Amino acid sequence: MNLFTRGFRGPKQDASADPARVPPGQHVAHDFPVLSAGPTPHVALDRWSFTIEKGGPVRTWTWAELRALPSEPITVDIHCVTRWSKLDTKWEGVSLDTLLKDVDSGPSYVLAFCDGGYTTNLPRADVTGGKAWIVHTYEGQPLDPEHGGPARLLVPHLYFWKSAKWVRGLRLLDADEPGFWEGYGYHMYGDPWREQRYAGD
Amino acid sequence: MAGTALRGGLTWVVATVSSVIEETPSARTLELDVPGWPGHLAGQHVDIRLTSEDGYRAERAYSIASAPGEAPAITVERLDNGEVSPYLTEEVRKGDAFEVRGPIGGYFVWRPEDGGPLFLAAGGSGVVPMRSILRHRRRSGSPVKARLLLSARTLEDVIYRAELEGPDVVHTLTRERPPGWSGYARRVDLDLLREVAWPAIENPLAYVCGPTPFVEVVAAGLVALGYALQRVRTERFGGA
Repeated sequence: MNLFTRGFRGPKQDASADPARVPPGQHVAHDFPVLSAGPTPHVALDRWSFTIEKGGPVRTWTWAELRALPSEPITVDIHCVTRWSKLDTKWEGVSLDTLLKDVDSGPSYVLAFCDGGYTTNLPRADVTGGKAWIVHTYEGQPLDPEHGGPARLLVPHLYFWKSAKWVRGLRLLDADEPGFWEGYGYHMYGDPWREQRYAGD
Repeated sequence: MAGTALRGGLTWVVATVSSVIEETPSARTLELDVPGWPGHLAGQHVDIRLTSEDGYRAERAYSIASAPGEAPAITVERLDNGEVSPYLTEEVRKGDAFEVRGPIGGYFVWRPEDGGPLFLAAGGSGVVPMRSILRHRRRSGSPVKARLLLSARTLEDVIYRAELEGPDVVHTLTRERPPGWSGYARRVDLDLLREVAWPAIENPLAYVCGPTPFVEVVAAGLVALGYALQRVRTERFGGA
């Protein structure tokens, strides 16, 4: 489209941000905006667990058991569908490869479920192979509840709504089914580099 | 609740600014002429895209300020370090054009059949979707009662003040009060919510929109007062 907006001059972007790291339609944020559909849930760590389900529970870890698994540092860029990107965010967490290692490899999709009722769907191939983690630490500190603590999913190559806050488990599914935002018309996959914000993008 | 809108994808279309309304020293409303606008629900938002002469593009999402059945309008508050809001609040004038797509969003919406009683809490420009909801309630003849809590820095920062004023609007001014101010004069806290929010026993439906710290305090406070988690819908905006 040839339309340009009279009087609009850009960019006023941070010149230090490498444009090759900022997907189309995004801008670099230096704070860490919070987006959630409802109140922030709070759960005591001694009542927290993480469960892999297939029909019913397949494997469950308590908080202590999860924290006893090997954690790794992760430094990644994250991209929110509301158009902010944040570069070089530093997390620590347990790779989903570790959690899914001995679990039935048949189902091709997962649905992450969370305290507060939030869900989001992902192909299993996008949460394995070193691409996704259950993170418990952000910038060296325990993950703040506002940002999904005690633990959230981290899937940095997809829009950040896929990195479900307050995650409590994964449901293994043979067929893809929409999670919370996907049911309201957000994209089933959500690749920021292809600007898959909404269904049909 | 069924999903809404967005079926079949969204395309960018050209919107022309049909009028500019100064709301406060830092906020203005832009009424938009969007050919083929499919109509919107109260609480939805719209994406806008600005393109500079040299091809640079910036996109942002804004809540829709008008009621369903009215032409789309957005109200923008200037962020001093922003890239888009200074343009929309200072430079843009009637007849200018940019691209929009929408409406978007199906969760932070209110339809008359959703009922109430409605408790709406807004911090600063978080009042924008609340105006759409309140106008829609009035225009649709909905019998549900609604109370609006507005937190602003000063009285002159209150957007749509003349339109919204009424017995069920409660202000709190966090920074500066006019002489003789008898309303609340602090950031929202649990005690304030206990005094102004509908009692939980009435099973209210709450919408909370504003900056993150405001939304966190209000949403957590309503849950502490007994509101059902699923009856507290939030929309937060960051500094970006």
